[in-house]
Amino acid sequence: MAPKSQKQKSSGDRKNSKRSKPKPILPESEEAETLNMESMGHPEIYPLVLTTQTQEIFNCRIDEDVTDEQPYKLIKKEDIFADFQNRAAVSDFYPVRKVIQEYPGDELLVVYDKDFRYGLNFYLIGTEEGKENYLNPPEIAEEQEDYKEHIIEDLYVYRPPVSKPWVSLGSEKEIEEESVKESTKQITYMISRKRSKFGAPIKFSDQNASSIKDAYIECTAYPDRNFTLKQLEKDVGMQVVPKVKDTSTQTRWTYPKNATTQYYPREFSEEEKEIFGQSKTLSDFLNNVSISVEIALQQNEIMNPFVDDWKCLAEEESTFGDKTDTHLKEYQSFTDLHNLTEKMVTSVSWHPTIYGLIAVSVAVRLSLEERVHFSGKLLLQPSLILFWSFSDPIHPQLMLESPDDIFCFKFCPSDPNIIAGGCINGQIVMWDITAHADRIENIKTGGSRSKKATLKPMFLLEPDSNKEATYIRHCAVSSIENGHKKVITDIHWLPDTFEINRMGSVFENRSGICCQLVTCSADCTICFWDIRPQKALTPQSVEKKKEENIEIPFDVPSTFLHLDLSWKPLTKIRLSKGETNLDHCPTKLSLSEDNLCKSQDKVLLAQSKTVKAGEMNPYYNLEGGLANHLKPIEDFCTKFFVGTEEGGVIYTDWKMERDSETGRLMAKKPVNLYTVHDGAVHTVQRSPFYKDIVLTIGGWNVAIWKEGVTTGPLLQSSCAPKKYTAGHWSLTRPGVFYIGREDGYIDIWDLLEKTHEPAQSQNICITMITYIKPWTFSAKQQFIAIADYYGTLHILEIPWTLSHPSTNEVSSMNYYFEREVKHLEYIEQRKKIRDQEKKEMELELEKKKTKTYQKSKEQLEAELKRDYESYLELEKTTLINLGFLKVTEKMSFMDL
Amino acid sequence: MAEVEETLKRFQSQKGVQGIIMVNTEGIPIKSTMDHPTTTQYANLRHSFILNARSTVHEIDPQNDLTFLRIRSKENEIMVVPDKAYFLIVIQNPTE
Repeated sequence: MAPKSQKQKSSGDRKNSKRSKPKPILPESEEAETLNMESMGHPEIYPLVLTTQTQEIFNCRIDEDVTDEQPYKLIKKEDIFADFQNRAAVSDFYPVRKVIQEYPGDELLVVYDKDFRYGLNFYLIGTEEGKENYLNPPEIAEEQEDYKEHIIEDLYVYRPPVSKPWVSLGSEKEIEEESVKESTKQITYMISRKRSKFGAPIKFSDQNASSIKDAYIECTAYPDRNFTLKQLEKDVGMQVVPKVKDTSTQTRWTYPKNATTQYYPREFSEEEKEIFGQSKTLSDFLNNVSISVEIALQQNEIMNPFVDDWKCLAEEESTFGDKTDTHLKEYQSFTDLHNLTEKMVTSVSWHPTIYGLIAVSVAVRLSLEERVHFSGKLLLQPSLILFWSFSDPIHPQLMLESPDDIFCFKFCPSDPNIIAGGCINGQIVMWDITAHADRIENIKTGGSRSKKATLKPMFLLEPDSNKEATYIRHCAVSSIENGHKKVITDIHWLPDTFEINRMGSVFENRSGICCQLVTCSADCTICFWDIRPQKALTPQSVEKKKEENIEIPFDVPSTFLHLDLSWKPLTKIRLSKGETNLDHCPTKLSLSEDNLCKSQDKVLLAQSKTVKAGEMNPYYNLEGGLANHLKPIEDFCTKFFVGTEEGGVIYTDWKMERDSETGRLMAKKPVNLYTVHDGAVHTVQRSPFYKDIVLTIGGWNVAIWKEGVTTGPLLQSSCAPKKYTAGHWSLTRPGVFYIGREDGYIDIWDLLEKTHEPAQSQNICITMITYIKPWTFSAKQQFIAIADYYGTLHILEIPWTLSHPSTNEVSSMNYYFEREVKHLEYIEQRKKIRDQEKKEMELELEKKKTKTYQKSKEQLEAELKRDYESYLELEKTTLINLGFLKVTEKMSFMDL
Repeated sequence: MAEVEETLKRFQSQKGVQGIIMVNTEGIPIKSTMDHPTTTQYANLRHSFILNARSTVHEIDPQNDLTFLRIRSKENEIMVVPDKAYFLIVIQNPTE
């Protein structure tokens, strides 16, 4: 019922829409159709208003007969007709009169519409079906859904569709309207032709259309106004889309592939080469070509055409400062004002790493007798090494104490905190300033304070708490009995590449640090010392050690405790002059700096160094006696130069040999001895540029030697007007060295300029210069420290010209030395030649003498005979002249 | 043959000459006074260079031809004489 009702509803909608308009206009006349609820989908429902009177008549009073439970009432048709007769138009049923008349059944169903669902309080169902439906709602009712579900399974009865009479709802009218019908009758034409004409052969011919009249009908096109439409509006659909373009390509994926190529050059075999060699073309070719090739080869020999002459001509242009300024400029000077005794500076050494720190050893200016005389007084005053810094010219930064005056000292090259010094009494003193290292490194911070201090007058400076210089005690001294007996004149650290054992043989130094010293002293011995503890310790020394353990004060580092007072030298070499008792008294040493080991074993050393780096300080873990299991290095140069007190220069060997007679270890005899200088040699120094050039200064002259040239010095200067008392090579210029004189002047020698006299002379102080030491801090700053007899240390700045070498200086100096060597050789040869010549001359003289004697007898006789003959001739001629003899009658007396 | 040897010896005796190589037009060494690896290396490397130099000269002026080629380096000087059939390469260490 529902879908049908929906269809009816849709058709009814249109009908109603058509008729809804006219409906309110037309009154509810009798001709009008009755209201029904078609619009609501229930065409059989006719809403009614039943007044109370009507309700009473039909017993359908609200809430009495018609209640919620039973909202319907069946009313007989006859009753309604009676009502019609009674009340005619007033009857409530009047509007639905027609429906009632057409109603097939007897009883009509009137339902109370409590909710005014259909607009009025009652409604009449106009069909039997509707009645049936209402009274017996189908089992698919909405209210009874739950009930229905249960029932469906039990009571599903199939009812085949029953055909019902079609109810017209007005749809056929619509169909009529929509259907297409022919409006006019179709016209039929019948065309006929004779049958014989069908299928006859056809003959086509051409004909011009315009020639025959009416052969064609033209329909020319013309613009018909009726059909010109101007489109004023047009519906166009648009859509905004992003412009998208699709393209595609096919790429080839390349991936890295390993590819290798192996090739070998094309070559000819031997036979082919031979064939070629024989061919004539080859020889022709060579002949043609040889000339030009030779010319070209020779050209190269003659001259180098690619040399930039301009560049070679010019010297270094980038000079710093004035080129004409060649004087040393005073920078600073240090004097120890606290100690009042007159002291002189004996040795000066710059700190290897810290800028501006210089150490000075001072000694009292007294001769031997005076020393003995004042010995009591001297004991009270400490002998010191003073550390000066550029930042503070008044107060020394550190003061190292020693048992006696120090005459020479050196910083250890591998550890600048270790200092070894030689005393006047023959002891070696060792200091370890590691504890104060940071203090001296940060000296610069104290500079500002010192500036303030200079404003105050001097006597107020005394109680300056920041500047208290610490006295550092030595941490080891050598044994007095076993060491040197007289003043130690020179001390050197052996380089860290090799070490020496008792025999003097050289071993590789595995520890990578400097651990051996060499000293020479006025007791004519040279000693080698080792700072490592020796394994074989005699019980005596152990006892001594124990005693000292108590004595040593607490603030002294125990680095060299094993050495203190029991330190013996490793070897002692006595410089004897042969048979006589007088020995050479060495003043200065110069060892060869042979770096033979470095190149070979650098790797090993580096490894050992890295191992050691993990430890705190190699000097704290010294182990001695390691040299025993190493093989000695064979071809190491063990010779060195020694300068003596008498002015001689000795070239000797430190390797000991066994004396065949006594079986003891003896020092070898010196290789060479030269007496060159007039006074004590105070400087024996190797050039920093050439390993075999040695400078010796002593007395009044200077000599330069080359190691290996045994004939003599390369250069020996003439006597100077003043005695030379100190000297040093320049560190940057190979041909320059500085000499200090006893009148306080510095002579600067430049071998490239003049070789017979100093290039420059400059006054520094009033007294004798005792020590010179230059030092380079940077390319632009080079200082020279000059110490004098009165205890003052002068620091001067070296000007550009003296510190910077010219471009070819090294090679020029090399040439110079080579020339000098050749000159010496030439002299030697000349000497020989001269000797020979001399010999020859003597021979000749002798020969002459013998010649005069050897005029033999035969010669005498021959002479006499000749004389006689000449006399006879003479006689004859005289007689002829006198006329005693006729010329024609020529008869010689001889024939008779 | 003897002539060839003689000429080569003459060259070799000049001061500073390190080696002489004779190469054919394809770059294969025929005769050489130096050891084998060096020879091969020199011959191969020089070959393309010589041809390049030659073609340069020809292209600029077809009448022109390469007569002598000298390469000066820090260590030494390499001289090449081209010919129709062979090249001669001489390596010299100039004085100084």
